[in-house]
Amino acid sequence: MTTKVYTEADQLRGDVHVRAPLVLGGLDFNGVTEKIAAVIEKPDKRWFAALAFSLALLSIYGVCIVIVVWEGIGVWGNRAPVYWGWPIVNFVFWIGIGHAGTLISAILFLFRQKWRTGINRSAEAMTLFAVVCALSFPTIHVGRIWLLYWFAPLPNQMDVWPNFRSPLLWDFFAVSVYGSVSALFWFTGCVPDFATMRDRADTQLKRIAYGAVALGWRGSNRHWHNYEVAYLILAGISTPLVLSVHSIVSFDFATSQLPGWHTTIFPPYFVAGAIFSGFGMVMTLLIPSRKIFDLEEIITIRHMENMCKIILLTGTMVGYAYGMEFFIAWYGQNPYESFAFVNRAFGPYAWAYWIMISCNVFIPQVFWIKKFRTTPWIMFIISIFVNIGMWFERFVIIVTSLTADFLPSSWGYFSPTIIDVGCFVGSFGLFGTLYCLFVRFVPQVSITEVKVVMEQADPHWEGYHLAEEGH
Amino acid sequence: MSKVHGALAEFANPAELYHACEKVRDAGYNDWDSHSPFPIHGIEKAMGFAWSRVPWFALVFGLTGAAGGFALQVWISTVASPLVISGKPLLSWPAYVPVTFELGIICTAIGTLGGMCLLNRLPAFYHWLFHSKRFESATDDGFFISIESTDSKWDSAGTSAFLESLGASHVELVEG
Repeated sequence: MTTKVYTEADQLRGDVHVRAPLVLGGLDFNGVTEKIAAVIEKPDKRWFAALAFSLALLSIYGVCIVIVVWEGIGVWGNRAPVYWGWPIVNFVFWIGIGHAGTLISAILFLFRQKWRTGINRSAEAMTLFAVVCALSFPTIHVGRIWLLYWFAPLPNQMDVWPNFRSPLLWDFFAVSVYGSVSALFWFTGCVPDFATMRDRADTQLKRIAYGAVALGWRGSNRHWHNYEVAYLILAGISTPLVLSVHSIVSFDFATSQLPGWHTTIFPPYFVAGAIFSGFGMVMTLLIPSRKIFDLEEIITIRHMENMCKIILLTGTMVGYAYGMEFFIAWYGQNPYESFAFVNRAFGPYAWAYWIMISCNVFIPQVFWIKKFRTTPWIMFIISIFVNIGMWFERFVIIVTSLTADFLPSSWGYFSPTIIDVGCFVGSFGLFGTLYCLFVRFVPQVSITEVKVVMEQADPHWEGYHLAEEGH
Repeated sequence: MSKVHGALAEFANPAELYHACEKVRDAGYNDWDSHSPFPIHGIEKAMGFAWSRVPWFALVFGLTGAAGGFALQVWISTVASPLVISGKPLLSWPAYVPVTFELGIICTAIGTLGGMCLLNRLPAFYHWLFHSKRFESATDDGFFISIESTDSKWDSAGTSAFLESLGASHVELVEG
């Protein structure tokens, strides 16, 4: 019973009659475990460098948060007429990035896209950390953060309750539910892998720590059955959830009266953009990660190519939405609406608009060419452009509409302060620190799920029948 | 004094485990289980157990969460804090849909995981199988069948011999 050893060259050859395997290098079950566990058990020097860099950025964020809370939010560039400046841009940017993880783990699971198993764990972790970064911005933006509990429907001595007709409150529920469900989903997926780490532990501390989070998992098939059903249900409910989160974020804008925001295309357009930016960030993280941690046989070039295709698709959908917004602005014959869009493309923020269009619509089109979809350094550069473009999308939407609304006398121009920049740059430190810690302590690829998609995992695999006949 | 908790048999691959499970099922054992590093497709048929009850937990929790969330908003907007906002009626139910949906989802997720843990009796930090050193590979590349000594058909020598006859590469009695 020997299996063919597949290599990257086999995948790139693109034989249409044979589906490219998802695990290369002839790894067996134990080989997969060893490969993934080695990342945790043998820390790489570059990991310490990445952590140190992230902590440095995080300390910038810490200092900026202290200044914001101590001095008040006047230290930001938020001035009339732009009271939703960078903090909300950053919030929408991060929450958008947080969409790829659950898309991969839920929607691709329901569509039986087996290649998701190589990337879902790290994408889900990335989602969680992006949601943490996202939530930090509205939290500090409220100014008096000690009154944040006013969002929650709690009885209080003032007899004041939240207004459930407000999209901002919907948003609070949507993002916190999304964060919680993503965390539960991610943890469920981790349990069998924590058990693997427990059983491999070489010190008592590791055995106890991994043992505690593994919940006593022992690979029982009676357990696996309930587990798989639970996982399927979680995937089923996470699918509408992931689509609802950015829809509700877009309601913050769409339910207002402001030209440029008050459009029905916002929910689908935001969701497409969120998936686009999320996959961009997954690629930015995984391309160095698979190289540094020697995971190229598990996170293969085929996985990367599939992500490029999704980026191409969603980038084009976003481009369609940009075009459709202009069409409706013209077709609707509302002078304020048409002005808002002409002002976006040719007004004082035209530079930001064209950065957005170039990064989101034009640059990803190179993924039509297979060479670009299969060359890691090119993908990495394009994924950075995607991240930049999507930040500018939120900047364009928020700032251009707020600076030039109905009354020319109240128009203005928004400029960020150094604290704005510090908060944004620092939030990458928060993200990076959490991601570095994740990579160090949690198997960054699902050991269990990778085994499931190997052909040997099927009890009716032809290799086993051949072996039996050979007796 | 150490007590024999049961027998543990190791098999080479998912196919052998699958066929061995069919035979243990047909032999009429009740207190037994199979263990593998990943779920094996179709093993519930080979082991002969019923479809999971986890969906019921999901359904009940989900409906409770959604109904509770909707009721909370209705009560707050009409009784606790009846405030007219942008001329809308107090019971402006379409505006309550997003929060109702979100609370339904979070309760479904909690019910699903809680139900899964309850049905699986997890967390369970002690289990007699953990006495076996060899069983550590059940989370790596080992495929096992365990039969508990509480089973009505249990007899140390007979059960071990039976497991060996199924093609197990190794059979041990687990004590501790």
